[in-house]
Formats: sequence, C-alpha cells, structure tokens
Amino acid sequence: MVDVMMKDGMKAGMKAYSQLERILASGQFAVTGEIGPPKSHDASVIRDKCALLKGFVDAANVTDNQTGIVRMSSIAAGILISNEGLEPVIQMTCRDRNRLAMQSDILGAAAHGIKNILCLSGDHQSFGNHPGAKNVHDLDSMQLIRMMREMRDNNQFQCGEEIKGGGPPLFIGAAANPFAAPVALRPMRLKKKAIAGADFIQTQLIYDMDRFREYMKKAVDLGVTESLSVLAGVGPLKGAGMARYMRNNVPGMSIPDHIIDRMEAAVKGISSDDKKARMEASRAEGIRICIEQIEELKEIEGVAGVHIMAIEWEAAVEPVVRGAGLYPRPEGIS
Amino acid sequence: MIVADQKPIKEIKKMLQGRQNVLAIGCGTCVAVCFAGGKREVGMLASALRMATELDGELIQVDEAIVQRQCEKEFIEQLAGELDGYDAVLSMGCGVGVQTLADHYPETRVLPALNTKFMGGPTQQGVWEERCQGCGDCMLEYTGGICPITRCAKQLMNGPCGGTSEDGRCEVDPDTPCAWFDIWERMEKLEIQDELMQVRPPKDWSTSRDGGRRKIVRKDLQKPELDDGS
Repeated sequence: MVDVMMKDGMKAGMKAYSQLERILASGQFAVTGEIGPPKSHDASVIRDKCALLKGFVDAANVTDNQTGIVRMSSIAAGILISNEGLEPVIQMTCRDRNRLAMQSDILGAAAHGIKNILCLSGDHQSFGNHPGAKNVHDLDSMQLIRMMREMRDNNQFQCGEEIKGGGPPLFIGAAANPFAAPVALRPMRLKKKAIAGADFIQTQLIYDMDRFREYMKKAVDLGVTESLSVLAGVGPLKGAGMARYMRNNVPGMSIPDHIIDRMEAAVKGISSDDKKARMEASRAEGIRICIEQIEELKEIEGVAGVHIMAIEWEAAVEPVVRGAGLYPRPEGIS
Repeated sequence: MIVADQKPIKEIKKMLQGRQNVLAIGCGTCVAVCFAGGKREVGMLASALRMATELDGELIQVDEAIVQRQCEKEFIEQLAGELDGYDAVLSMGCGVGVQTLADHYPETRVLPALNTKFMGGPTQQGVWEERCQGCGDCMLEYTGGICPITRCAKQLMNGPCGGTSEDGRCEVDPDTPCAWFDIWERMEKLEIQDELMQVRPPKDWSTSRDGGRRKIVRKDLQKPELDDGS
C-alpha cells in the first residue's frame, strides 16, 4: 500500500511523498512543531508531547542532541512519534557522526518510513553537558544536504558507489538564521542551500517582521523559493525577561522593542507576589503576539508555512494554531 | 612555527618524583621563538625545579643543555655521551623533539616539559594564534586565504553557521573572530564573494588523519641507491 502511494507520488514529481511535502506541494500553508526527546529512555515523554501536538501540526521536528546535550536518539524518538500517528522531521547534526554513520542512519530511518530529514551543523559541544567531547564535522550541513540529494536522486552513496535497490525517499530540510552576521551573505547562503539540494527550510525564530520581509524579498529575487519552501520560525514568548535574554545572547535574534514593551505591559498592575497571575498574563500575551506574527507571515511572498518552536511549552501550540486560523490541519492529502 | 607552552610545574615535579639527576634539554628553534623551551626558559625551569624540590626536602639536581633543533638527528647526536648518569631527560622541545630524543636514545627515559599546542605564529606581543592544522589538502584558495579548518569551531567548509554575532564573533567564544565572517569580508573586498556560492564537496580527510603517522617521500632528495657495479 505504501509502495503504491509512493509510486503515485513520484509520478506527480514528488521526492518522498511525506505529509509535509504533500501539503507544501498543494500550496496550503504548512505548520510544523518541535519535540525535544528526553534525557532518558522514557518513551512516555514523547507520547505525552505527541498528544499535545497531534492534529495541530503537519509534522514535528525531533531534535538531535540539541545544544550538545545527550538525549534519546532523534531517529528512535521519530519512530515513537510515527507510531503515535504524527509525522516526524528528523534533525541530523554534523557534530556527532561521520559520513558513514550518517548514511547508515539515513538508511535506517528510511527503513522505518521516516522521510523528512533536516540537516544541521549542530550546536557546539562546549554549550552542552559533555564539553570535552571530540566533535566530528566530517561533513558540514551543506555537504550533508548534497549527500542526501545524491543518495535520493542518483542512488549513490557519498563515495559514488551505487545504492542497490534504489536511494531512500527523502524530503530534505535545512535551517537558516536570516539575521545573523554577515547579514548580506544570508540570502545568498539560503540560495546555496537550494543549490545543494534542500527542499524546505525552517528559519531561526523570527520576531522582527520588517527585517524578515526584506530578507524574503531578497530570497525571492534570487529565485530561492522556486525550488524550496520556506517555513518561518515562530515561538510564543514566555515573558519579557526571556525576550531580553534571547536578544542579548542568541546570534541573529532580532526582537524589536515594541514586542518587549508589550510583554512588559502584559503584567503591569499585577502584584509581583501573584506569580501565577503574572505568568498567565504574560504567556497569554506571548501567544497573542505569536498569532499576530503568523497572520503577518502569511502575507509575505515566499513564506510557505510556519515552524512553531514552543520549547518545553508544547501546550502553547494548540492555541497558536487555532488562533491563527490554521485549524483543522489537512488530513492525508493524496 | 610550532607553538608550545610549558606544563604546570606541579605536573613536571610529579613526573620527576623519585629521580635525583635530570638533564633539561631546550631547543633553539620554534619553542625558543615562542619563549617556551629556549635557553632562557631551560634556565628558569631548572632553577625553579631545584628550588621547589629542595624546599620539599627531596632535591633533584637539574642540569641544563640546549640543541639548535631537537627534531633532527644531526643536532641531537651532539648530545652523545652527555646523557650518561642522568635518571631522565626533560625535553623542552615540542612533541617532535621529545620523540626524536627518545628514538635516538632508547636507553634514556625522555619526559616532556611542554605541551605542544599548534602551528601558528605571533599576532601581537605575547599572543600566538593557530593558523594551520596540517590537513594535507590546503583549501585556502577557496576561502580568501583564511583557514576554516583551523579557525572555525565546526571546521565548516561551506560556512558560516548561524552562530555569528553582530560584531563578527563566534558564539563558542566571544574572543574568537568568526572565521567565515572574516572570509566573507576578505572576499567581498576582493570582489570574489560569488565564489562562495560553489558548494565545496566533502573533504578527503585521508590526507589529514591517515593510518598512523603521515609522511612525505621526496625521491629527488633521497640518497641514490648504491651502484652494485653490475
């Protein structure tokens, strides 16, 4: 059954026929979310997060030892997610594996029916819980994208050897940080990822709509969106403090003053003793801002969807998706 | 040049524990230039060790010697006969020097007094920076003369990652310039930034970390085979 669907999909010019690819191909505004695997072998953590996201996103990213902290393998967690009826986007970093391990993991993931794989350099190990670890970086993210495309389209391993029985069906993702320095290079870099073979992009969190509009204009002018789909990264803020911290500490994180002012105003007049009320008011405002931003993003040329990063706040996804008029999600388009 | 740094005196003392006579041997080339193992540093370390061990009540006699290049047999051969009577030799050369001494004098215990750090050079007074990792397949042609293998924390060949700060610093360490930010600026100035749109293929690391030690054989410089007269 799966094989028949795949063949039909291939005929229609699709690469892997994943739910995400089909929604993007149909021209509908896509929604992806994010699930961070636990620092344990406890599968119930994954199931609980799935329950919060299922029905509200088209696919969920599974992070790969994010920030250099050891967690359950993204592929293993992705299989658990598939079993819950939610489509995973497996993240794969270049930090922990060489080209042999990556290709073998790609084949293993594909054997389990995983189709969406997102290629990343990976956060440096010095930020994680094993700062003395030796990083690999045999390939960089651009080379990983290209390798996956060659596996899929040319039935070839990176060494050039034929993959007997055909290459794995993959929908290849990559990341972009539109506002990191050097800013003039960033649209070109996005184009380079398209040239390397990326099918879709998820961006770093966007809060500065004016700057993002400029970036997307350049990307569209470069023809980037002719060959790939851009999902803009959004995330509800929990509070003004979080916003300020991110602005000061995360490269490329551009958060305009008016956003921080709104987060501050949300808790004005609420007694500092009433922590619960302050938190609720603050989070509600964060969700409102996120919804407004999605409405703006829908109007930007070249934006094909949103990637909602509600890290350790998966419950925020439902109100954001509902509020932005993106519910219900399309079901099994064929 | 090869840049090295002296090991902490505590670690060196521990290495020498139980010995009475030690010869500290400096090197007059790279490590002399970076003030880690030249004549002056040999003198300073030897007297520091004599004082420290005397204070502990277990005086170690540390004598001093220097050769011009510890990494070449021709130079360390000059030490023949001078090592007799010592419990150990404390090499103040780089890792190459330590190994050349140990290979040449297999009866002698050779100990390292330095940590060999990198291939690089001075960038300002008292500061040395790495510039080359000896990967064996130079790609400086493509990166405006700035090596991302050495200077990027992730060794990206198609950089930069998203971790470049507004002022062009690496997120791993704000004191470190982002190699790819610098590559971009250099290439933009040369008006060759379009070259960055080429996807650099995966690197052949076999020239960097092959099976065991790497070597270069120059047949043109080797001694000719002896003519057997036939």
